[in-house]
Amino acid sequence: MSAHSNSLPGADTGSHGSHEQDHGTMKSYVTGFVLAVILTAIPFWLVLGNVFAKSSTTGLVLMGLAVVQIVVHMVYFLHMNTKSEGGWSILALIFTTMLVMIMLSGSIWVMYHLNHNMMPGMMNDTAIEAVPESMHNMHDTHNMPGMKGMNDMQPMPKTP
Amino acid sequence: MWSGSKVCAPLCWQIMLDLTSPSQPAGASNAASSRYYVLEHHPENGTSLGFWLYLMSDCLVFACLFATYAVLGRNYAGGPTGAELFDLPLVAVNTSLLLLSSITYGFAMLAMQHKRQRTTLLWLALTGLLGACFIGLELYEFMHLIHEGAGPQRSGFLTAFFTLVGTHGLHVSFGIIWLVTLMAQVVKHGLNPENCRRLMCLSMFWHFLDVVWIGVFTFVYLMGVLP
Repeated sequence: MSAHSNSLPGADTGSHGSHEQDHGTMKSYVTGFVLAVILTAIPFWLVLGNVFAKSSTTGLVLMGLAVVQIVVHMVYFLHMNTKSEGGWSILALIFTTMLVMIMLSGSIWVMYHLNHNMMPGMMNDTAIEAVPESMHNMHDTHNMPGMKGMNDMQPMPKTP
Repeated sequence: MWSGSKVCAPLCWQIMLDLTSPSQPAGASNAASSRYYVLEHHPENGTSLGFWLYLMSDCLVFACLFATYAVLGRNYAGGPTGAELFDLPLVAVNTSLLLLSSITYGFAMLAMQHKRQRTTLLWLALTGLLGACFIGLELYEFMHLIHEGAGPQRSGFLTAFFTLVGTHGLHVSFGIIWLVTLMAQVVKHGLNPENCRRLMCLSMFWHFLDVVWIGVFTFVYLMGVLP
């Protein structure tokens, strides 16, 4: 009923109708709400009911459902579409999503490897391998163009 | 800057055309210029875009806190784990409160659209009440954890947990203060264009907080109790 009465002024005013649609309709809010309730109930049921034996499976399904629910909220509650504000909103959203993805995955990746490399017992292995490598490099320093001059300079103070 | 120059260039061409070919009818050049202006779609209301950009920067704040939680979330320091601490039925109640407040705010916006001031105020009051219940339950949970000796100073996990969930709660609290302020404004000045614009900004803020809460209950609570 209200969805029908809302769509009429939008159709009459033509290009300015987009402003009316920004606030959504009763139908879109209720649709979004029902979808959100379903997408909230499933994760709680999965965890409280111990549906999957492996917790990694549950984790992946939870993440997927969260992403779907975020999209539902964006579309039905925040009225996100490609045309709002002339496309600038979606552009800002895509840019932010990209930054967030880089930051989250980067932090987890870096910190996981840091923890992995700082484990007790790993230090000795890396130390044994690292020392001969660095010693070997030090012998080669006289071949480096910058170091050659340094070697020539060293006898200088002894001559007087 | 660049959009200005883009608008400017057709204008220059039009002037040049008018100067070089005076025989051309004026209607044709007007049609050409209006075509350029239509291409350059300029949003008439910059507030919602600006507020959206603020929300995106707020999103980055939350992303930093989520990343911190992702790194520190399993550093229990011999203390209690998420599986021992979290009360999932309480979290479910909290989640449904916030979700309900989202739809009641949506109904307030619909009432605002139809210029029904009393209905708008009623839905706004209900939204604020649900938000206050959410904050009350969250404070109860925090007090309960601190009394059990699981305060933010206990372990890295609890520090990250209190920071992330506390920042979200602080946002909701400020949202409620904003909501009460706007209700007073609507009572005093009615649903004038300024108040409608403010209510639209708060609606974006409120729904955005609900989006952040999806991440919190999935990532912190539900995945925290997984074995």
